Amino acid sequence: MKKITALLLTLCVALSLFTACSKKQAQETKKAEQVKLTILAAASMTDVLTELQKDYETANQNVELTISFASSGALQTQIEQGAPADIFISAATKQMTVLKDKKLMVDDSIIQLLKNKVVLIVPANGETKITSFEDTATDKAKKVALGEPASVPAGQYAEDVFTSLNILDKVKAKAVYGENVRTVLTWIENGEADCGVVYATDAATTTKVKDICEAPVGSCKDIIYPAGIIKASKNQDASQAFLKFLQSDTATQKFEKYGFTVIKK
Amino acid sequence: MDKAPLIISLKTALVSTFFTFFLGIYAAKFVVNLKRGKGLLDAIFTLPMVLPPTVTGFFLLLIFGHKSLIGQLLKTFDRSIVFSWEGTVVASTVVAFPLMYRTARGAFDQMDHNIIYAARTLGLTEHHIFYKVILPNCWPGIIAGTILAFARSLGEFGATIMIAGNIPNKTQTISIAVYTAVQAGNYDLAYKWVIVIVIISFVSIAAMNLWNTKQSRIVTNKGGI
Repeated sequence: MKKITALLLTLCVALSLFTACSKKQAQETKKAEQVKLTILAAASMTDVLTELQKDYETANQNVELTISFASSGALQTQIEQGAPADIFISAATKQMTVLKDKKLMVDDSIIQLLKNKVVLIVPANGETKITSFEDTATDKAKKVALGEPASVPAGQYAEDVFTSLNILDKVKAKAVYGENVRTVLTWIENGEADCGVVYATDAATTTKVKDICEAPVGSCKDIIYPAGIIKASKNQDASQAFLKFLQSDTATQKFEKYGFTVIKK
Repeated sequence: MDKAPLIISLKTALVSTFFTFFLGIYAAKFVVNLKRGKGLLDAIFTLPMVLPPTVTGFFLLLIFGHKSLIGQLLKTFDRSIVFSWEGTVVASTVVAFPLMYRTARGAFDQMDHNIIYAARTLGLTEHHIFYKVILPNCWPGIIAGTILAFARSLGEFGATIMIAGNIPNKTQTISIAVYTAVQAGNYDLAYKWVIVIVIISFVSIAAMNLWNTKQSRIVTNKGGI
């Protein structure tokens, strides 16, 4: 008898939980206006996109943005593995092209949003004799912090610069690889490495690093940030609206404030 | 396929298991013989096992990072724990230590203390008792702890990548190589390393278990009349 009572009680509890859940779902669909967008963006956009997120959510009360910042390579892998996201903003065209070829993006939604530059940085409060990219190959630099070239665009651009200066092998021998450009920035801020290569926009976000010089003209290809809507997105219209916002004057102002160059159509 | 991650992983795991073996046993001996403060010390020693590896890595950075006392001291000798192979050993030892410590301590606690008392009445020194009475009787437990410590050192990732970084040919262990390969979308390479480490882990645990069974038989047989 006790067992049957216990079983009946469990069934009742389970049933009541079920009905409570389905009631909640009905309520949620009533607020169908509420849109949740997930954006996967390159780590270098952390500060500017966080600000733009606030602006957009204030102007569009029914939209809630969730932005995940990581290296473009890691994000590409996540999208390939089916991560539920709506928009992808990469720091290089390579990752976007791979996804496009795998038919994971909405082809005609892809736009070239921004341009950037890479710079050589050193800790602000250290004594350093480094004055140029070439100096990284000499003894003036014992440890060079770079992004992991296969998954971090900033790392790839850095490799391009060193290759064009014919010092790649020397630099590789003392390279420490970070999993995204912000990790590299933090290492230089804390003095864990003597110098590193990050975007000009990253260097501008902190006073703890000193920007030594920009990559020589022509040493690496143009740094372009493409943005696009992921095919599997369930919020194509809302995503399109957000992409339009990113090309608006308000957004352009913010991007330029942080040091990005906005590509005009 | 570049063999460096394999060599680095094995070197790191073997060296850190070596350190963990001695540190774990002596820490367990120390705590078992403590009159007061057992609980506190036990909690401190077990901490690296309970904390997320990234938190352990963070603490290691605080202790060995270039702003710390130890970091500054090492800098004068032009050495550093951060971003070096030594860092992988430190990280692996710290995370594997609690496993060795707890297993050894469990073995010591569970031992039949009458044997120790008998040894004392027979006039053996404490030193003699530890090496000739306690250790041989606790051997299966200690081996179990060593197996766990080795497995944990081999598989360590979070603390290692924080303190030793990802430097191919220096600190890139197999775990980090798999992570890097997946991040880069290079699934072929990731699969290859995964197979390698599964084989190594399997073989080392099977081998140690086999040896342990043999040892147990010897111990129990010796006790028989």
